[in-house]
Order: sequence, then C-alpha cells, then structure tokens
Amino acid sequence: MSDAQEMTLEEREASIGGIGTARKRKEDARFIRGQGNYVDDIKLPGMLHGDFVRSSHAHALIKSINSEEALKVEGVLAVITAKDLEPLSLHWMPTLAGDMAAVLADKKVHFQNQEIAFVVATDRYAATDGIQKVVVEYEALPPLIDPKTALDDDAPIIRDDVADNDEVGQGKRHHPNHIFEWQVGDKEATDAAFEAADITISEDIAYPRCHPSPIETCGCVASMDATNGKLTVYGTFQAPHVVRTIVSLITSIEENKIRIVSPDVGGGFGNKVGAYPGYICAAAASIVTGHPVKWIESRIDNLSTTAFARDYHMTGELAADKDGKILAVRAKVLADHGAFNTHAQPMKWPAGFFNIITGSYDIPVGHVKVDGVYTNKAPGGVAYRCSFRVTEAAYLIERLIDILAQKTGIDKAEIRMRNFVQPEQFPYNSCLGWEYDSGDYPTALKTALKAVDYDGLRKEQAEKREKGELMGIGVATFTEIVGAGPVRNCDIVGLGMFDSCEIRVHPTGSVIARLGTKSTGQGHETTFAQIIATELGIPSDNITVEEGDTDTAPYGLGTYGSRSTPVAGAATARAARKIRAKAKKIAAHVLEVTEQDLEWEIDRFKVAGSDVSITMKDIAMAAYSNIPEGMEHGLETTDYYDPPNFTYPFGAYICVVDIDRFTGDVKVRRFYALDDCGTRINPMVIDGQIHGGLTEAFAIAMGQEIVYDETGNVLGASLMDYFLPSAVETPEWETDFTVTPCPHHPIGAKGIGESPNVGGVPAFSNAIVDAFAHLDVTHMPMPHTQGKVWKLLNELGLNK
Amino acid sequence: MTPGVFEYHRPNTVEEALALLGQFGEDGKVLAGGHSLVPMMKLRLAEPAHLIDINAIDGLRGIRDEGDVIVIGAGTTQAEVLTSDLLAKKCPILPEAAAQIADPQVRNCGTIGGNCANGDPGNDDPAIMMALDASYTLQSQDGERQIAAREFYQGIYTTALADNELLTEVRIPTPAEGVGMSYQKIKRKVGDYAIAAAAVTLSMSNGQCTDAAIALTNVGDTALLPLAAADAIKGTSVDASAVDAAAEAAMAASEPVEDLRGTREYRTAMAGQMTRQAIVEALSRAAGS
Repeated sequence: MSDAQEMTLEEREASIGGIGTARKRKEDARFIRGQGNYVDDIKLPGMLHGDFVRSSHAHALIKSINSEEALKVEGVLAVITAKDLEPLSLHWMPTLAGDMAAVLADKKVHFQNQEIAFVVATDRYAATDGIQKVVVEYEALPPLIDPKTALDDDAPIIRDDVADNDEVGQGKRHHPNHIFEWQVGDKEATDAAFEAADITISEDIAYPRCHPSPIETCGCVASMDATNGKLTVYGTFQAPHVVRTIVSLITSIEENKIRIVSPDVGGGFGNKVGAYPGYICAAAASIVTGHPVKWIESRIDNLSTTAFARDYHMTGELAADKDGKILAVRAKVLADHGAFNTHAQPMKWPAGFFNIITGSYDIPVGHVKVDGVYTNKAPGGVAYRCSFRVTEAAYLIERLIDILAQKTGIDKAEIRMRNFVQPEQFPYNSCLGWEYDSGDYPTALKTALKAVDYDGLRKEQAEKREKGELMGIGVATFTEIVGAGPVRNCDIVGLGMFDSCEIRVHPTGSVIARLGTKSTGQGHETTFAQIIATELGIPSDNITVEEGDTDTAPYGLGTYGSRSTPVAGAATARAARKIRAKAKKIAAHVLEVTEQDLEWEIDRFKVAGSDVSITMKDIAMAAYSNIPEGMEHGLETTDYYDPPNFTYPFGAYICVVDIDRFTGDVKVRRFYALDDCGTRINPMVIDGQIHGGLTEAFAIAMGQEIVYDETGNVLGASLMDYFLPSAVETPEWETDFTVTPCPHHPIGAKGIGESPNVGGVPAFSNAIVDAFAHLDVTHMPMPHTQGKVWKLLNELGLNK
Repeated sequence: MTPGVFEYHRPNTVEEALALLGQFGEDGKVLAGGHSLVPMMKLRLAEPAHLIDINAIDGLRGIRDEGDVIVIGAGTTQAEVLTSDLLAKKCPILPEAAAQIADPQVRNCGTIGGNCANGDPGNDDPAIMMALDASYTLQSQDGERQIAAREFYQGIYTTALADNELLTEVRIPTPAEGVGMSYQKIKRKVGDYAIAAAAVTLSMSNGQCTDAAIALTNVGDTALLPLAAADAIKGTSVDASAVDAAAEAAMAASEPVEDLRGTREYRTAMAGQMTRQAIVEALSRAAGS
C-alpha cells in the first residue's frame, strides 16, 4: 500500500487506464508486425485444400457433372457434389432467415458462380487443376435479374424447390418469386395525412447492391478428429457460437463435439455473419477424408457469392405543412434478396429495423411496406457496417427531408431543426414502434453548423453559383437503432440475442475476461479491458480479453449491428460489478468492518472517514486465502445480459464538395462528423471507428456497386473494379462529439462502429445533389461515379 | 486464383533470355514487373509453359542520354522513371505520367518495357511513346530491329513483337528545348486504368504552334494518335477555338468500350476533355508561347 501514499487520486485514476482513456490498441502490437493469426495462417498436419467448381450460368438446369478427368489430376482426392451430400442431408442448409440454401447446386443453378462441386486436393494448385477438369453440362433457363420484374405473371420461377409453398419462413407470400411482405404503421391514418397535407413529396430512391468486401475473405479449416469424434472448425466467423449451434442442428453432431474458433478476423462488416457452402463442404470433406480441410475464398468468390448488402428499391414520401413540419412518412420497398433468402437479421424482422425511417424527426404517423423477392443473383442482404437495414432507412429519410427542404424553400439545416424530436421528449415513442432512449439532436446540429461556419459556406455557394461553379453542402442528422437486442424482440434461429462476459480475477490481481462477441477489428481486447479496469480498479494492461473460441468463451450471439458494446459491454460491466460486490464482502472481512463502513475509491475499498483501505489487488489474493465463513473461494463470475431496449446513437454530419463540371469529378473538400455514442470508452478507438466507417461510407456513395448484366453475369467482381478507396482518394475526416448517455446501459454507452457508415452515405449524396439544387435537381442515383455525375452535367448543359 | 504449372527461368544476360525465347517460342512468356501477367496467370487467362524472368538482367536497366536520343532500358522501373533527373529535365512527360501509374508498390516493380510491350490499351506509356515518336529496340537470336512506337501496336494484346523477340530498350528522340508536354489522365482511383488520358507535346515559336503531337490512352483497341487533333493546333496560337477543334478531333478518333469506367459517350467526352487539359498544360510549359 506504499504506492497509495505516493500517488495522487488523479495519478491512481490514470494508472488504471479505464473508461475515457485514449489508450493504444493492444491488438495492434501483433497486427502491425504481421503477427496476426488469420484463418489462412492456420496450417495443420496433413491438411488438404478444397475449392469450388462454380456455375458459369445465372439460371440453368444441371444436366450432368462429370468428374472423371478431374479425379485423374495429380493431387486431387475427391470431387464432392450435391449427390454425395444428399445422404447426409447436407446438400441444402437452413438460412438465418428461415429459408433453405443449396450447399452444392442440386439439379439447377440459381446464380452465376454458385457452388456446384467441391474439389479436394493436396494443395490449392491441384484443386484448381481439378476444377478445370470437371465438366458440367447445363441447360440454360431465362434469367431473372431485375427485381422489378420478379413478381410478373410470366417471370421465370427461380426456386422450383419452394414454388408451391405459401410461405418460405417469413410469412405469407403470393408469388413463387415472392419471399415476404412486411408492413408496419397505420396505413389508413397515413394515407389520410397525405390526402390532407399542403405539401407532399415523393421520390424513387434506390440503394444499389454493394458488398462489405472485408480485406480478408471468408474461409475455414475444418478438422474432424476421428479418435474422439470432435469437429474443430477455425473460420472467419462473426458469431462463432451461433455457428456451433447451427452446425450441430444440421449435422446432428452434439455441441460438445464441435469447437468453433474465430482466430484474428480481418474485417467482417456483415459479410461473415452467415453460413456458407465452403464451411459445410470443408467439414464434410474432413469427415470423409479424415484430414483437416482448408477452404479460402478468392476475391472474386467473395465479391460475387458471399453476402452482399442493400439492393433496396425504395419509394419514399413525406407529407408536410407549409412550414416544413413533417406530418407523415410513407415508404414502399422492393428488396432483392437474390436466389436464397440468406439475409442476416433477427428472425422476426424480415426487413430488419427499416421502420427506423422516422430518423431524428418527430413524425406523427407513418406506414412502411417491404416486399422481398428472389432473383438470379447471389444471395444475401446483410447489414454492411450498419444495424439491420438501418442504413437504407437513414438514407431514405435523410434524402427525403432534403427534397422537402427544396420543395418548401426552407434551408436544409433549418428544416431539420423544425422537425427534430426534442430533448425533453425522450424516451420517445416513434409512430413506427420504437422507443428512442435518449438524444439531443438540436445541440448536435447547432454545434456542427457552427464548427463549419454553415452560413459562410452557403454564402460562398451562392457566389460560386453566380460564376457557374458547382459546390454542394450536405447535411445528415441521423439516428441509428443498434444493440440487438432485447430477447423479446430479437432472436436468431430461436436463440435470444443476449450476450455475455465471464471474468476471472487471478490471485495476484490480474484478470482474464471472455466474451460471447468477436472482434473483427473493433478493438475489443482494448476497450472491454477498460470497462473492467474502471469497474474493478485493476490496470487495463493487466486485463486480458479473449473471444472467439466456443470451448472457452461463454455463449454469445457475436459481433455485428453495433451490438458488442451495447450488449456484451453491458454484460462486462455487470460481471465486474458482481465481482466488486463480492470483493466488498471480502474487504469488510479482511479489514474487520461492516460493508456499510466501506466506500469505493478508484482501485480500493476504503473505510469511510479513515486512511484504512484495501486495494483490489490485495482483495484478489484474499479471495483465494482469507474469505469470510460460508463464502466460496475465488473471484470470478459470468453475466448474461438481455438489454431492456436498443440504443439510439445519433450524429450530425456536414460534407462540402466541389464538382468539376467538365469531368464529373467530385472533390470532398471537407467532412465534419459529430457523433454521440453516449459514454465514450476509448476516444482513440472511437475516432478509428469513425475514420473507417466514413471511408466505407465514402466508398459506397462514390463507387461501390455489384453490377450484373442482363444475362446475370456479375461484372467487376474484383478490386480492379469494385471501389475500395486508397489513402489517395479518401478525404480527410474531422471528428467531434457530444455525450448523451444511454439511460438503460450500465455505463451509458451506445455503440459507435456503424454510425459513420449510416450517417456518412446520405451526407455525401446530399452534398452532391445540393450542388445541383438551384437547377431543380432533387435526386441522383448512387454511386456517384464520375460518369454518372457527368451524365447529369451533360443533360443540364453545364459541361460546355 | 492459382496459376497453372509452368517452368521458371531466370536468365542473367540478354543473350540467355533470347536463347530461351528462341527455344520456347509461343510457349515462353517474359516476366518483367509482372503486374499484368501474374494476375492473368492467377485467373488462368494466361498459362505460359515457360516463364522467363528478366529481372536479373542488369543490362536492361538504366536511363542514358545519347545526345539526340534518350535511351531507357526496358527493365527500368516506373519508380526509376519517376525519380530520374535526366527525364525531369529533358522529357518531363514521362515522370509526370509515371506518377499517375498505379501506386508506389506497383511502380517499384512495373517496368517501362513491360508497359510498352504488353499491348494493353490501358497501359499509359504507349500513347506517350507515340506522342514522342519513340522507337523500340527488339532483339532476337536472329538479330536486332527498330520499330516506331507508332507502328508497334496492332490490337488488344497484339503487337509487332514476335514470340522470339525481347523489347530491350525504348529510344526517344530528345525533345528540343522549350517543347511543352503534358499527360492528363482521369481514372476512378489509384491503381485503375484510365477512363481516358491524353499525351500532348507541342512547340511554340512567336506565339504560333510549330509542331504538335497528341495521343490517347484506353479509348480504342490500342493507344491512338489522332493526327487531325494535332493538326488542329498546328499553325495556330493555340487559342480556345483551336483547343476545341483538337478536342473534337480526339473525340472523333476515340472508340472506347463501355465498361464500369463509364459509357462510350462519357469516355469519349473524357478523351476530349483530357486532350483539352493536356494542351492547355503543355502550352503553359512551352517556351515561345
């Protein structure tokens, strides 16, 4: 205890490195040295390699598959087809959305590059040699690429396997290509509000199909140990426990005989939530061959087959009075889910939380209708760095309110001020069913406007317009709904979307904590240690955080939808508080006082009004040596947390662009992002998350699109074409914040990883459209490539 | 995404390389920087039986001034072009273009010979070499020949280079002092090929353009040399109407394909716009304007 006398309270606080500390990321020490351990780094003795024969057609019957020549290739051991998996009932697999997806094409192919056969070989070169020798005979069928024609009477039927079913896991449907219809809100009252309103606006707003494109593609190493019947799968999983349960359900292997390990994962962004044929085939091949089998996606495979995002074709409408006060919102959406419904959302939410389209605004009434359809495109519909369909919703409302501003002649910042949910209205019940937890939207926007000198920018824009120059100012004031979620609302294959943390304090006062989440780059090893550090008064450097091994971590639902901090972070704080409660009893015992005599001070319990204290470090040793009678030894616990509500992070973003009227090139001059994620655990990690999220938002807004031609060929499925911006293209980001704690989270945190993507995309679009607003342009399709911007310039004759 | 089976050869001299090319003919493929060839091999769009790596041949590297000619060894990297004092002084369009080719990692490997010999219309150096009226030295066991860049390109990945030949050097007539030159390129991102690009050289005397050359990248099956575009500014003061006429001529010569870089209409317009920008920039750099 000698340190205590030497250190001030502030020094002690600082030595903990707890909540609020801009602490360097612990995991970076290995990442920046190239010492990360990713799936493709895993090499097991006798390991084989598998890869796929893929469909060249988007829609065709498979007449035959001939593997004869492939099996003669040196190093090729097996060619697995649907026929081989059928006896194990593994040729189809259940999806997270209640549908079935083909593991290997069974009688027909539904999209280009669909998996047809799995070639297993001694190395990946031999596997490719074998793939080239497999001969597939097709009978081409007419492809269905445009979702707008999916429900036509004469549309080609994509899913023969379910053509006669009146539902495919998400409620009634009315066409063989229809997946679900989802409605929320008061249709009658909404229609009436539109009838009566002074002003209405309507716009078709498409959010194109894009792809999360993590730098590390998907992959796994499956290893069946024949001696004990245990299947270990190392893989790029954002939700390892869910994978274990699903594998058990579809293979009938008991869960204790399955170990799922997510090692270091190089980005997920939703792409690594689902289950893919590669996992099933690698596991089946390992069981059959008795060898570990590795499957690693190529970049083309990743971009063209594993989970895409968006592909929402929206019509949005607002009704308002003459002062720009919104009276009602209405949205109709056609959702292209591709060939199988493998979108990853909580199961009761076929369109995710799209009913957050009320955004930051106090809208009395609204109605939403979403129809999901099949097309001959890759399956998916995941949340790409956003909570479920929240980015589509935010994009829609943030574009619509800009259009309303243009229609009414009200400034785009001012119209938001007039419509904000006010701070005193929280908790706020939206007309579409959500209870917003907390927020202060006017302060956020006012701060942002001041920071960028908004009035000055508008003045400059007016001057530029006089000279024929194009400058745009984009405002986005978004609200997210994250932290899925309350078990009453949210489940995946019946599993409630709680999360968990187990904490063990060692006798010498250091800690290991394990969580049910899995960092794919978010920095959990750093930030969750900081929560424990503050709660237990143990330096964060002495706290190890582990995730991703289902044999050791407590059950959890994984990392996506900005749920780790809202859910597992809460479990972490609560587990630490349980430990502190026990520590207090031990402290009272050791100091021979009652618990009521003790008060907590940074890293110790102190007898009130005296110098007598005992540090958590000393309490830890006592927990293993000197405990009150009747108490169990040790200092460890687990907490499973079912959040009472979602969290609602928000922000105010302002983007300024200059457009070259001859080339269509858009230069982002300035991007200011104010985020409110409640309590800030590590400001440096938050800034990093915002920089990454804004860069992805920039990529989506300016260039990312998975394009198909009319026959279903996927175009540009490589990084030559798919836009991953480099440091050269990426604008500079200015970050700022306000703090409005979450009232129901133990430490008041809301989650940050996805806000910049959700708020960033509309900020870019709004800025670019704003550059043309004086010419009565209200909307432009994303992505805002040079060619598309030039097309508008050319149509308007501005490039002369 | 793995290449097929091939034999790897790493000759130390030009003679050894030529012997291997003579031996393997169309089954042999020269590996220089590898940034076009290796990705095609990984996709198995190229499956050479013999890969002849010329990176160990020191004799292919270097940039030298031979008075009326600047000679660049085929194995010289884009990074070396970018940092060459000689080129900065006497032929600045090459470093200007190198800075717009891919990224530093690629420029450290990618060579000027590979860029010129590959025959991909997306490569940047062919148009520049055509504008500069450079010639290529092609060697084989049968001997050596010179061919003008303006004669070299025949179609997509089709050139005058025979299977047994190696492009060993690029010879550029040393530009006269005061020649203005510029390479203007619009692309989607670092590392991408041009939506369109234009190389311009022009000479001015007493406010009149006495000579000019204009060449275009990635708006046809090969780099293009629209003579009418150059003619439109020759003998003029390179005023706005002359620049417009040159841009119109460049657009008329362009036949881009529609791809994810843009529609035919857009890419054609950009060929005109890059021509415009390159003329204006070259003019600002030319003496006597």
